[in-house]
Formats: sequence, C-alpha cells, structure tokens
Amino acid sequence: MLIPEELQYTKTHEWAKQAGEEILVGITAHAQEELRDVVYVELPSVGKVIKQGESTAVVESVKAAFDIYAPVSGTVTRTNTALTKSPQLVNHDCYGQGWFFALKPSQPGELNSLFTAEEYAKLLQQSV
Amino acid sequence: MDYTPHTDEQVAQMLETIGVHAFEELLQTIPDELKGRSLDLPAGLSESEVLSLCESIALPNRSLREVVSFLGFGAYHHVIPTVAEALASRGEWLTPYTPYQAEASQGTLQMIYEFQTMVCELMQMDLANASLYDGASSLSEAAVLALRTSHRPRLLIAETVHPSSRQVVATYLSGFPCVIQEIPHTNGVTDLEALAAALKDDVAAVLMQQPNVFGVLEPTEQASQLAHRVGALFIASVSPISLGLLKPPGAYGTDIAVAEGRCLGSPVAYGGPGLGLFATTHALIRKVPGRLVGCTVDESGRRGFTLTLQTREQHIRREKATSNICTNEGWLALRATIFLSLLGPQGLKELAFLNLQNAHELFERLREFPFIQPAFDQPFFNEFTIRCLNGSRIEELNRKLLNAGIMGGLPLRPWYPTLADASVWCVTEMVSREHMDHLIEVLKTV
Repeated sequence: MLIPEELQYTKTHEWAKQAGEEILVGITAHAQEELRDVVYVELPSVGKVIKQGESTAVVESVKAAFDIYAPVSGTVTRTNTALTKSPQLVNHDCYGQGWFFALKPSQPGELNSLFTAEEYAKLLQQSV
Repeated sequence: MDYTPHTDEQVAQMLETIGVHAFEELLQTIPDELKGRSLDLPAGLSESEVLSLCESIALPNRSLREVVSFLGFGAYHHVIPTVAEALASRGEWLTPYTPYQAEASQGTLQMIYEFQTMVCELMQMDLANASLYDGASSLSEAAVLALRTSHRPRLLIAETVHPSSRQVVATYLSGFPCVIQEIPHTNGVTDLEALAAALKDDVAAVLMQQPNVFGVLEPTEQASQLAHRVGALFIASVSPISLGLLKPPGAYGTDIAVAEGRCLGSPVAYGGPGLGLFATTHALIRKVPGRLVGCTVDESGRRGFTLTLQTREQHIRREKATSNICTNEGWLALRATIFLSLLGPQGLKELAFLNLQNAHELFERLREFPFIQPAFDQPFFNEFTIRCLNGSRIEELNRKLLNAGIMGGLPLRPWYPTLADASVWCVTEMVSREHMDHLIEVLKTV
C-alpha cells in the first residue's frame, strides 16, 4: 500500500500536502480501495470557511457515500473540478490528479496534530 | 387483542430515552376532536345489507356523468381513452409496486423509462424521475432541493400558485430553517417589480405556476431571467395538457419543472390520487428525489433497464440525501404513459386546442351577461376568472345551477378575500356546445 513519506494523514483517511500557502487534500490509497469505483464527488464551494474535522466534500461509490473531512481549519481556495467529469481519477491517482480541494489554513498549528506516513501505516496495521 | 409487542417497562424506557413524559405527548399535534374516539360499532350486517347501505350513502353524490362541470382549480375532467382503462387494469400492471431491486421486473422498469422519456419531451427538460405522490409534493421536493443545494435561506413563491400547493410547501418546510415569501399579483399575474425587489442573493428559488391559479398565463420567461440574475433557481409548476400549445418549461430556462399529472389518463376521484411529475436539468441530476430508471445493455449487449444513480437515495446517502422519497406513483404513471402514447404530440396539441377554444367560447358568451365581468384582462388557457356584479353571489348562483345539473365555477372567497365575488371556471374538451347552451339558458333565468 502506497503511503507517501512527504504527506500528512488523518485517522479518517484523508491526506494533506503543504504546497506553498495552501494545503491540498485528498483521500488515501487505502480509502479509495475500500470505496471501490468512485462515481461522483461533491466538492465544496470556493471561499467556504471550514473547521478541522468538518465534513467538506462527499465521495460516492457504486454502493455508498462518504464524507471527506477537513484535516485542518481554513478557507477553501480551489477545488479539483476535473473530478466532476472524471471521478475515477480518485481511484487511479489518489495522491496526484485525484486531489479534492485546497485550503488556506487559519490555524497552521493544527498541522502538527496530523499523522506522519509512519504513524498512519501503523494505524492501518492496527485496524486490520 | 393488543398488537403492541412492547412491555410497559420497554415503553417507559423508550419515552425516557427521547425525553417524553407520557405517550400522549407524542399525539399533541393531532386535533382533540380526532383523539380518543372509541369505535362504537353496531352488530354485523350481511353482505347484501352492507351493499345496499353503501349504495344509499353514495346515492346523494353527483357524478360527472350526470352533471356538466365547470370546475377545475387543480383537478381537471379530461377524456380517458377506454384502451387506457383496459390496459391499466391488467393484473401485471395493476399490482406492481415501485421497483426496489435495481434490475428486477424489466416490464415495469421499461414502462417507467418510457414515462420519464415522455415527461422530458413534454417539458423539454433533460431528465425526469419516475414520478412523486402528486403535483404539490413535487413542488415541495423542488423547493427542498433548491434550499439544500444553494445553501440559501429564502424562497419566493407567487401568490398565484394554487393555495393548496402553497400550503403543502409550507407544511413540507415547517422543520426547515428557511423563510417563504409570497409575491403578490397585479391584474391576475405575478407582479414582476415586486419579484425583482424581493430577489436578493439569499434567495434559493422562485416558484411559479403556469397557467396560474386564476387560469392566467404568467410572464415566466422574465421571471426566470430575474431569478437567474441573482443565482436563484426557477421552479415552474405547469399544466401538462396546456403544453400541447404553450411553451414548455425547458424553453424559458426552468431549472425544475413539476406538474400534477392526474389529468393524463386518470379520473378526478374526490381529491385523489394524484401523480407528481418532476423534471430537471443535467446540472441537478445528482439531487433528483425519488426513483430514476436508466437504459443500459447487459453482458451480451441486449438492451435492459435498471434503477440508476441510486447513491442519491436515502438508503445509501442517509442523512446526506436531499430527499427521503424512494417511491413513485407507479399505476398513475402507467396510465399517463398509455394516455400520452395514445395521443402522441399531435393528439395532445389538438386536445389542448379544443380546451383553449371551448374556454374562450364560454368566456365570450358569459361576459355578455350584465352581471358578469372578467376579473382580469389577461390571456388564459382553459380556465378563467369572472366576477359577479350587483350583489349577486356566486355561491347562490352555483346552488341554482346545480339544481339544473350544472357545477359552476369555483368561488375564490376562501383563499383570496379581495376577490370575494370572483370564481374560476374551467372548460375542458368534455364540455360540449350543448352543455354551454344549457348553461347560458339557465343563466338567463336567474
């Protein structure tokens, strides 16, 4: 299972990636595998102010719908509109083209509360 | 025998959990006069005694077969081809319930698919669902959809939308954090200046009816443009038969088109059942309430039908679903499908034209009476509103007409106090020249 070293993780299986002033958010390889074929992604509107842990996007697979929670608080700056037409990108490239949204953090300190790749890998092992 | 399986302790435990002291507290919204009635039943009767009792109860009813009706106001007396009745009564069609298993009952699924296709063609919208309970619940579902997708708190609804529909919308939204604002009418049509003034960027949708409750045609095109200018959705409740002649809702930028579809092959039977039509655009496909049937191919490439986009529905989306409706009005949808397939686009056009012609003929003949005056100077389809002048009361007039086998127009007094002397008259294709002559003769004697 791919868990890139440079990313940070949540226990609800989102990843966060620092890119300049923004944090990019997506779901992990484990999450997309569990979901199976993603058929639809509901993205937040740009400018939306969100709190850490708040439901921000919804991902639908053929059998279920799940919330995507914000790893840190902030304001949504961009969304990956490519997912509207090609939701399968979440399955094919979950750490790259399959990202969900970007936000400008309002509490940068919250990043420290996220898991490292090693911690997330351990979490997955424990839950199996 | 008591059919409640719970013990008193279990009931007490449940009440405590939800913070209620006594079971009766849960019933407080039910009017007192309906509560606590004991069933004081007489001794049993034989089958033939029951039949004659029921017949005697039904006897005072006046059927549309014996009276001429000029009533409309949401429930319309239209032709039902005998073929529709015969086909819809077949056991295969009469008994099925809404599909639950995605691929089972291909016949039912295909019928619903054809129904959806016809509704789309009729409305000129991108997609339609498998139907909802009735026109008013379709309108309410449209309102809910608008509120949930826009995250805006205000709805504007024209005062010329049927009062019962407005009441259903208000009931539907009673637990919803939103404000419903009514837009007044001037000379029978929605006041566009008032609408424009009320349209701010907190408005989720504008709800209008075409033709409106007075029978008058609304400026839907301008209203829809005004709504879109502030990013609000435009929701139109339309008359399906009128679409044989009138511009379809898709042609004036409607985001959600709804209708009461009972007029398509089902009778006016005391108030129910109804058939809710619901059609929208591709942009809102993931938010559509109720069943959606799609066409696809199976493993060997054969055409087949299946429930589709089910992740929208509450059994998958749970509390994130925009609607909790997972059913449809299958039998009436079937009747509408048979009705529309028998008429075809040309037949519907001719039917609509007959309605238009009949209504305008009667309108011209009625206004010749000195005590009758048109309430509005506006174009209309198969319904129009008149006022009774010089103190003659419409209710009194209707009583005299009923004695002569005629059901006159519907008095507006209960809903529109400023139009207390007005009544709405509907003339469908079921009204003949002889019927109109009869009405005119009777009116000459009152």
